[in-house]
Amino acid sequence: MSSVSGESCRHAFTGALLERAREDRSIIAVTSDAKGSVTLGDFEAALPEQFVETGIAEQNAVGISAGLALSGKRVFVCGPACFYSARSFEQVKNDVAYADSNVKVIGVSGGVSYGALGSTHHSLHDVAAYRAVPNISVILPADRHQTRRLTEFLTTYDHPVYVRLGRSPVPDVYADGDECFEFGKAQTLRSGGDCTIVAAGETVFHAVEAARTLAERGISATVLDMSCIKPLDLDTLLAAAERTGAVVTVEEHSAFGGLGAAVAEALAQNRPTPMKILGFPDEFAPAGSSRELFEHFGLDAAGIATAVETLLSRKVRIGGAR
Amino acid sequence: MRTPDELRTIAAEIRKDLLVMIHRAGGGHTGGSLSSLDILVTLYFRVMRIDPSRPKDPTRDRFVLSKGHSVEGYLNVLARMGFFPTQELTTYGEFGSKLYGHPTMSVPGVEAPTGALGHGLSIGVGMALAGRMDQLGNHVFVLMGDGEQAEGSVWEAAMSASHYRLGNLTAIIDYNKLQISGDVDSVMTISSLVDRWTDFGWNVRELDGNDVDALVREFESDTAATGAPRLVLAHTRKGCGVSFMEDNAAWHHRVPTDDELRTALAELDERIVALSVNGKERVR
Repeated sequence: MSSVSGESCRHAFTGALLERAREDRSIIAVTSDAKGSVTLGDFEAALPEQFVETGIAEQNAVGISAGLALSGKRVFVCGPACFYSARSFEQVKNDVAYADSNVKVIGVSGGVSYGALGSTHHSLHDVAAYRAVPNISVILPADRHQTRRLTEFLTTYDHPVYVRLGRSPVPDVYADGDECFEFGKAQTLRSGGDCTIVAAGETVFHAVEAARTLAERGISATVLDMSCIKPLDLDTLLAAAERTGAVVTVEEHSAFGGLGAAVAEALAQNRPTPMKILGFPDEFAPAGSSRELFEHFGLDAAGIATAVETLLSRKVRIGGAR
Repeated sequence: MRTPDELRTIAAEIRKDLLVMIHRAGGGHTGGSLSSLDILVTLYFRVMRIDPSRPKDPTRDRFVLSKGHSVEGYLNVLARMGFFPTQELTTYGEFGSKLYGHPTMSVPGVEAPTGALGHGLSIGVGMALAGRMDQLGNHVFVLMGDGEQAEGSVWEAAMSASHYRLGNLTAIIDYNKLQISGDVDSVMTISSLVDRWTDFGWNVRELDGNDVDALVREFESDTAATGAPRLVLAHTRKGCGVSFMEDNAAWHHRVPTDDELRTALAELDERIVALSVNGKERVR
């Protein structure tokens, strides 16, 4: 755990996709002048007849993807998450989700990956947007190993999925060969009795680090990797909430409508539990790198640990309710 | 193979059926369903290689109704072709019906759920690319509205179709020159469509989209060899087939009253009789 790999989730995704596409010629990659940022260069060079370039036209890219899928192809349309969760949102809603076409929408450089490029290039609304569309799943893998497992799954699952990947390499959460992805299931990375930390995507590593820090301070935390935000693993979540009585969620997303909201909806209606949602507040982010923004908004290990301690002091005060 | 007169008779019968359907449901897009109907009938009942008993045959020709609001004509065409029982048409407008006010995948024969304008041509480009990848030799037809030409995504798709030299793709514009708010050019200037589509690299053809002979001639001419996608600018009359509805924007989605329905059906019955007499005279 925690060695910083040189491989980003983008590379892990395109590497695994190319492997599968060599065997399954129905796999098609579509992109909109983003083969560099997606890292699809090797794919295009190896399998040019399974690669479609649309130019800078995300709406058309998704529409074309749907047309290919409705003709029997397994389509992966890939480009910056900011565009594929906004510019082409209607095409994803209608041509992909409503049509149940076999298209995977792969949003790369998601969240605040682009840092100081500013909010035009951030996607802090994508989970909220796609959670509200029926018939599309929402998945944020935590590291390269999980991304590889996820990609293998996606090449055999014939329904719409939105996947968000980060831009830079992230520390490994899992080890090579781990069975670290199961559709609709959370991964329990630590088991503790005092609090549950639920994370997805790049925040998973920070959540694990926070749990380690907390352990040194005598607080034992459960850490759930909720890579599959939709459908949500209700059983694992409710069991952890029952066991720990306090839940902190952390996401690289608006604090509205994302992972925290999904968890809050589930807990409020099934097992009301004191909780704290860590995410980006209702404002456009200041200029800064991804790392600086995580730190500024308390989404790194230190911020998460502090949030857990604050929630636990509140849990003691309202503990009688349990 | 059906003769042009047989196609005209089918079109007149379907015009009656769709008016009854809209009247019964109390809602629908009357004008556009009527203007585009001769195009649909010519494609489905003569031109396209499709088999309603094998609706998922991968080698089939594809049709995408990008102007999804003309659904009443489309549903009647699909039912009459045998994609689903005509009795189901009576459920249109009822709670829980398989038939919505726009095409959906719940209807056998529908290739894409359209209705949000500016989507169909991109889907058609994807289908045409897939047909070429798999060397199916099939053809993809996409029917758009004229008001729809204001959607920017149409032009993204237009650009990509000529870039990929999709000779197996035909886009048709139901050019009735009226949209919901009035004259198309008064809402947003789209005239010079011939120049615009030509500049985008398409093989542009112009014809009377309510003239079955002209439609058959065009659709049966093989333009695939040119390598360019084909744009058929079909000049049509909104409300075509019912004299008091023709070229009147009010009929975009007006529902006929009982009296109006009676008058319209009588007019179409006269047309059917005339076509039948015409046919008998030819036989003699």
